[in-house]
Amino acid sequence: MAERGATPQVSLPRRRALRAVRALFSPLLPDDYLELINPLWSTRELRGRIERIEQETPDTVTVLIRPGYEWPGHLPGQYLRIGVVIDGVHHWRAYSLTSEPDRPDGCIGITPKLVDSGKVSPYLVRQARPGDVVRLGGVEGTFVLPDPAPEKLLFISAGSGITPIMSMLRSLHRADAVRDVAHIHSARTESDVIFAERLREIDRAHPGYRLGLRLSGEQGRIGPGDLDQLCPDWRSRHAFLSGPGEMLDAMGEHWERQGVAEMLNVERFQPMIGGAGGGGAGGRVRFASSGVEAECDGATPILAGGEAAGAVLPFGCRMGICHTCVGRLCSGEVRDLRTGEVHGNEGEMIRTCVNAPEGPIEIAL
Amino acid sequence: MTATSTEATSPLSHLSGEQLDELGRELDSIRDRVFADLGERDRRYIESMIAMQRRLAASGRVLLLGSRSRPAWIAGTAALSMAKILENMEIGHNVLHGQWDWMNDPQINSSTWDWDTASTAEAWKHSHNYVHHTFTNILGKDKDLGYEIMRIDPRQKWYPVYLLQPFYNLLLMAFFEWGVALHDLDFEAIRSGKKSKAQIKRELAGIREKAKSQVVKDYIAWPLLSGLATAALDAALEARRGRSGRRRVRRRRGGLAGVLGSALRAGAGAYRSTASADATANVVRNVWAYAIIFCGHFPDQTYTFSPEEVEDESRGGWYVRQLVGAANIEGSALFHVASGNLGYQVEHHLFPDLPSTRYAEIAPQVKEICERYELPYNSGPFGQQLGMVQRTILRLALPGGRQRKKPGPYRAEEHAAA
Repeated sequence: MAERGATPQVSLPRRRALRAVRALFSPLLPDDYLELINPLWSTRELRGRIERIEQETPDTVTVLIRPGYEWPGHLPGQYLRIGVVIDGVHHWRAYSLTSEPDRPDGCIGITPKLVDSGKVSPYLVRQARPGDVVRLGGVEGTFVLPDPAPEKLLFISAGSGITPIMSMLRSLHRADAVRDVAHIHSARTESDVIFAERLREIDRAHPGYRLGLRLSGEQGRIGPGDLDQLCPDWRSRHAFLSGPGEMLDAMGEHWERQGVAEMLNVERFQPMIGGAGGGGAGGRVRFASSGVEAECDGATPILAGGEAAGAVLPFGCRMGICHTCVGRLCSGEVRDLRTGEVHGNEGEMIRTCVNAPEGPIEIAL
Repeated sequence: MTATSTEATSPLSHLSGEQLDELGRELDSIRDRVFADLGERDRRYIESMIAMQRRLAASGRVLLLGSRSRPAWIAGTAALSMAKILENMEIGHNVLHGQWDWMNDPQINSSTWDWDTASTAEAWKHSHNYVHHTFTNILGKDKDLGYEIMRIDPRQKWYPVYLLQPFYNLLLMAFFEWGVALHDLDFEAIRSGKKSKAQIKRELAGIREKAKSQVVKDYIAWPLLSGLATAALDAALEARRGRSGRRRVRRRRGGLAGVLGSALRAGAGAYRSTASADATANVVRNVWAYAIIFCGHFPDQTYTFSPEEVEDESRGGWYVRQLVGAANIEGSALFHVASGNLGYQVEHHLFPDLPSTRYAEIAPQVKEICERYELPYNSGPFGQQLGMVQRTILRLALPGGRQRKKPGPYRAEEHAAA
């Protein structure tokens, strides 16, 4: 089954009314007709209309979306799965919400950065226009600000890793709870700083906020060795880190060594495909219902290999979150590309987007 | 008919194993080319087709709220019939084949779609997509409707019950959706014990559920709604007439019962005429679906196969069986849309999960392959194909019968001349 948006929060009388007239439309739903008038009226899946697109940097935009129903809210730092139609095909990706949970205008925002080889970010950054309808999936993620917010905070972000931090900052700003926040952000050049203007505004508005901006193109990347100089009391702060994997790994070890690991929260937003999971054996995949066969090396997910061989397969987030792509394993074993763990019992439901075959397998897809 | 003479007429006999493999590769590459090219244009087509069908259905239903008026009945029934035809043929059949699954759309998807007919999507996908499209025209294995209850091929053994075939043929025509729903149960599998009790129970419950919602919608809910609307309108008009009348007091007293009685009569009339319109639309759709589907495999040109003939069949051999076991119907663009592009039955059987709109585009390539490999490309006008099918049904109700003459290899010049 293809991935669909979250179930919207529809008022009970409206749900009841729709259910009452269902018999007139069987096997369809009243929704199927109402959507012809306005696609946002779907009570099956939450959709939203792009309200505004703001250029942040030359390759980053903020997309403001007005949900079809009242936004159920999110915790600052969480991400949202979003579905868009590109060249006839529905694609799903997860992006950190960069808006605070209770914007007065009811909109939500994501801030995608262009990945040239990608599918969805080129669409959102270059092609999407106000008025376009997108699908809004579930809100997920455990990289969130505790409530109430800790007294002393440390944010470390790099590049587009700032996106979940931005939602946290905005939320603190709106609640006027920016008491003691140290923020170290690095970007390659001045023009690559996402939210530069907004960060400076917050800096001016709150004496308790200290922004340390580092241009890694000139000054090099931030490493654990810089911490004592940039933020001497880092050990006593609740730290939130978001950025590329190498930075998180290095910092994580440092917190561990210093015995303050419990103060650290990290956002590993991209699954580590090809990281620990590389070096598998790979194998031949047979897709039972189409009869298509595909050869996958140890780093190629079953989904990607199957698509390359011409199989039409269900897919969603492509990062192991949504379970849209699952197929029943008929025989063989698979390797989880995120953890490197080899597993596989006959009949097990396998997420094809994050598993590679380990030897020949057959899957009921 | 003896085994030797079938072999002599087998369209495959002149092709070597290597040739069949090459043919398979050529057809595979047609499929690959189309799949690589699918995109926004195709999505726009199916989405606008679905939107148009729903608008048509909604207009038909609204017109039929006033079904007591003759013109509204005719226009409403016509719109509803057309909507039901499109829903079953160009939309339902093709979506359930998975032709639009590549869009990854949560609704327009073979795993979630349900259609306006008595069969459950699940049972139909098994009996049609799997059994019929895999074992096409293999006698005793293809459980397509015709082969199950009728004698359409002279190689099928004659039983006295086939004497009744001309009559139940007509019944099937009118109540096709119910015939298909029962057929999907696969009585033979039940008789031979191949189906578990639990599965039979589940399938029966599925049909009961589908049947109930079909009957409620067409024969209770919509007629009731138009009955109520008509009664309310009648009462309002009566009351107004009463108020504007000169002898207001007297009319109102005797009038209330009169107004109610008249409204009730009008409502009951509307109920009946809307129910009859819905029944008519269902029968129109049934007859049309029957005609298109029976023209797909049962005209004289098509070949049937014995299980022995298809033992160890290669991919190329499978393609040839699909190619010669089906027959196209020639017609206008509107005809092809209304028939769900099953006028391109040959192309559909070669590539059942290719979006239907692409069949017309690849037809010239398929013909060209037929010409090079000296294979038939079965095709004919609608009237001729349907006539041949009916002739066969009548003739084979009686014992005996011969295979009809087959058209032989496709020649482009002949067709150009004709």
